Amino acid sequence: MAIAKRQPKSTSAPLSPDPKHPLEDLIRMERIPHIWCPGCGVGTVFSACLSAIQQTGIDYRKFSMVSGIGCSGRGAGYVRLDSFHTTHGRAIPFATGIKMADPSLNVIVFSGDGDLFAIGGNHFIHAARRNMDITVICVNNFIYGMTGGQVAATTPHMAKSSTTPFGNPDSPFNLPLLAIASGATYVARWTMIHSRDLTLAFEEAIGHRGFSFIEVLSPCPINYTRRNKIKTMDMVRQFHNNTIIKNHANPSELDIDFQKGVVLGKFMDIDKPTPDEILAKLRNQ
Amino acid sequence: MKYWREPLDTGEIDVVRGKVYIIKDRCKGCGYCIEFCPREVLAFSKEFNKKGYHPPMLVKSDGCLNCHYCELLCPEFAIYTVADEGEAGPNPVASATENQKSRLKA
Repeated sequence: MAIAKRQPKSTSAPLSPDPKHPLEDLIRMERIPHIWCPGCGVGTVFSACLSAIQQTGIDYRKFSMVSGIGCSGRGAGYVRLDSFHTTHGRAIPFATGIKMADPSLNVIVFSGDGDLFAIGGNHFIHAARRNMDITVICVNNFIYGMTGGQVAATTPHMAKSSTTPFGNPDSPFNLPLLAIASGATYVARWTMIHSRDLTLAFEEAIGHRGFSFIEVLSPCPINYTRRNKIKTMDMVRQFHNNTIIKNHANPSELDIDFQKGVVLGKFMDIDKPTPDEILAKLRNQ
Repeated sequence: MKYWREPLDTGEIDVVRGKVYIIKDRCKGCGYCIEFCPREVLAFSKEFNKKGYHPPMLVKSDGCLNCHYCELLCPEFAIYTVADEGEAGPNPVASATENQKSRLKA
């Protein structure tokens, strides 16, 4: 009844699509609506990434986006930049190739946890070790979403998935700890609800010289929250209420436990020479 | 807006107003914009869009302060706000400030 009363007001709301959505110049509008489910956080992370690209003020032709396979892997297909949708888990090797061929490009890897850490885990640690000048955005939805909710390397302990119906017996990866141990020079973690900090972190990571890694926690409404009997909105509220922002926290305390509080923030930001710079120097000698 | 103590310069601060644009047929009804709007300006409407979801609607037409949070959160690029410069609304506490000024004068 209350809603019905309010409805006349809504008709006065501006509906004309006169000014365009501010991100439309970066999206392949002919492909919208995208395939991401209602309530999926990938769309939010994607829009934060596009906002960051816009805010850097760098020419769009100096960007390249690379994705692997998976829900978040569709990102490369929706962005109106030079983009590359690669084979499963191999987004980082392709990005490395692009960066080495043209070091002036800002290469962004936009992919998921299953793609980057389970199938492409080896590529991740070696790109971090080499300090390749690429930005890796990992949308962590705790599961293999697109293929049907199988257990992933990031699925929390005892969480249900289609392949672990009685609970996951294994422990998940602590991704920032892995990235720092492998030698990444910029490491941060945010959730999709902290979209302002997330946009700033993306902007900082794009400007950072060296391997930057950002983990973004995101809900998977179909294959994770529904199977674990959590409401998606409750999970997003948890991202808001049960998280602690603590920059430069001890990396070993960064495991994901919402009862204890998940630590967010920027954990690493150091300066180290990158292979393309060193190679250019050697070439000039 | 409620203050427990009213700032002395409330009358001088220009409050930015926003105009909310909703592209109804893009909405998939996740409700993030409604849940996380700091001014609680939006609510689910009863109508259906082309896809069969309930898109959000504006319930407080002068409540938006153009913070762009709905725009940042929306996974579907279906909502955005633009600064409403033409019709600068009254400062939510301006009337209170007038009272304060008159009190100071007295």
